[in-house]
Amino acid sequence: MTDQTTYRPDALTGNRTLLVIAIILSVVMMAPVAWLVGLSIKDNKELMLGTESVFELPYTLVNYVNIIYSSQAFGWFFNSLVVAIGQTAGVLVLASLAGYAFARLEFPFRRTIFVIVLFGLAVPEQAVIIARHQMFNWFGLHNSFIGLMLPGMSSAFGVFLMTQFFKAIPKEIDEAALLDNASPLRIFWKVLLPLTLPAQATLGIFTFLHAWNDYWWPLISATKKEMFTLTIGIASSQTNFAQSEGLGFLSAQAVFASLPVLIVYVIFQRHIVTAVSGGAVK
Amino acid sequence: MAESYRRSQWSNGLFILPYLSVFAVLLVFPLFWGAWLSLHKVDLFGPGRFVGLGNYTRVLADPVFLQALRNSIIFVLVSVPALVILGLFLALALNKTTRTTSFLRGLFFSSSVLSVTIVTLIWRFVFIPGDGLLAVISEQFGIQPVNFLSTSGWSLFSVGVATVWWCLGLPMMLFLAALQQIPNDLYEAAALDNASPWRVLTRVTLPSIARTIMLVTIIQIVMQFQLFGQAQIMTNGGPNGTSRPLVMYIYEVGFVRWDVGKAAAASEFLFLIILVAAMAQYVISSRKSEVSE
Repeated sequence: MTDQTTYRPDALTGNRTLLVIAIILSVVMMAPVAWLVGLSIKDNKELMLGTESVFELPYTLVNYVNIIYSSQAFGWFFNSLVVAIGQTAGVLVLASLAGYAFARLEFPFRRTIFVIVLFGLAVPEQAVIIARHQMFNWFGLHNSFIGLMLPGMSSAFGVFLMTQFFKAIPKEIDEAALLDNASPLRIFWKVLLPLTLPAQATLGIFTFLHAWNDYWWPLISATKKEMFTLTIGIASSQTNFAQSEGLGFLSAQAVFASLPVLIVYVIFQRHIVTAVSGGAVK
Repeated sequence: MAESYRRSQWSNGLFILPYLSVFAVLLVFPLFWGAWLSLHKVDLFGPGRFVGLGNYTRVLADPVFLQALRNSIIFVLVSVPALVILGLFLALALNKTTRTTSFLRGLFFSSSVLSVTIVTLIWRFVFIPGDGLLAVISEQFGIQPVNFLSTSGWSLFSVGVATVWWCLGLPMMLFLAALQQIPNDLYEAAALDNASPWRVLTRVTLPSIARTIMLVTIIQIVMQFQLFGQAQIMTNGGPNGTSRPLVMYIYEVGFVRWDVGKAAAASEFLFLIILVAAMAQYVISSRKSEVSE
């Protein structure tokens, strides 16, 4: 978030009426979340009689305790973690190498290739899903961790972001290293890569959240219950919530599933906002 | 300076090779393979035979496809203006750094980091008849609430409410970033002229961020045309397909009915729509600021 703002003589800046409306909107926005949290700390049997009991005592943590006994949720949690971490690592490696080359090195067809990669940003995942599904079928990659991780690594977004970051590093830095006759690989590894750590964090957190929240690809690729990610798992228990687990348990499961991303968000808010807005303005 | 670094060398290309292979195999190839599939009659069991544009005519003659296309367009027409106007409003209201505004910005953006499954769960618990938050509130006032998720017209609207709630953070942040870029002297000049707040807004602020408004609109058009999860989970496209979007049609034809060729043809239509929007975005963003080579 941009915190360097000084006071601007903008007539609307600091307008109290607007701020009050924004505060009211924020309450409206948080009401459904409060409702979910409220449901999660009520006993399922009590909720069956009527959900207005959310506004009354007693409250209980029994739904959260039940998550621990439901081995499924933990399995899905683990799958999500493996897929998100694997995909993030892959994206960081591929995007750093490519970003460095596009920003600093000369090689044949550099511009052409960069334009083609940029074009990749315009390809929606849904447009290639049919062919991708077939390909992964050929190689038996459905219902596997690798299969869940791979598609996200083809996104051109990371390459684009890393190219921008490498370009922002002053050229004098590599030139000093060049005087020592360092090879491109050495300059990349020893000199520039350490300088991109904040950028790695930005791209890494963004990719992690994206992988963690992905619904489209795991829905199609992970068809076995034990290979579900948490996102898919929650969706599957949601579809039959009327007959099964009960509102309280589902709410607790949802709170449990969102905690990791909300914690990451609170800690790394600045990085996330940078990545998201940087990516959108391509 | 060492010339080898600047000179064009094949070996330098090795750095992009890993990404380029993944890009070629997982994005470029499927793009062309999908086009090939769209020209063939394919099912689960085999590659099938060439049918020319047969799949495309089948898609265009399918009332379910036309309904889904129409739903997607309506959805975009309603949700995108809502996102742009609300995002712009919040950016204007919170364009000052105090504790309160920083907190509120963080709050309004927070829903964007949740997954679609959590968002839909939250909103189903608001909309479900009898037990939902809206039902509980309206009972207090003695009103009989609508069954939002299974009434035609309301179902797509409910999906839209959940979507706006989920996606509002990005437009707000992009507008905030644009507002920071407006040169101070423009406001100082306006202050000297004793311009009213409304006049400053319409004559200084909005014209200065016109390009961002266009960009945000196009980004949101691209995003909202890809609507899938919210509709699939909240309403499953119902009732009678009145909330089934384009992507859900592709999903159902391809992965429920396994009519692969037809699904591939339908996804080419989606690709075309997104491509046009993306090109517009590229043209607008390269017009002013210099886009990286």
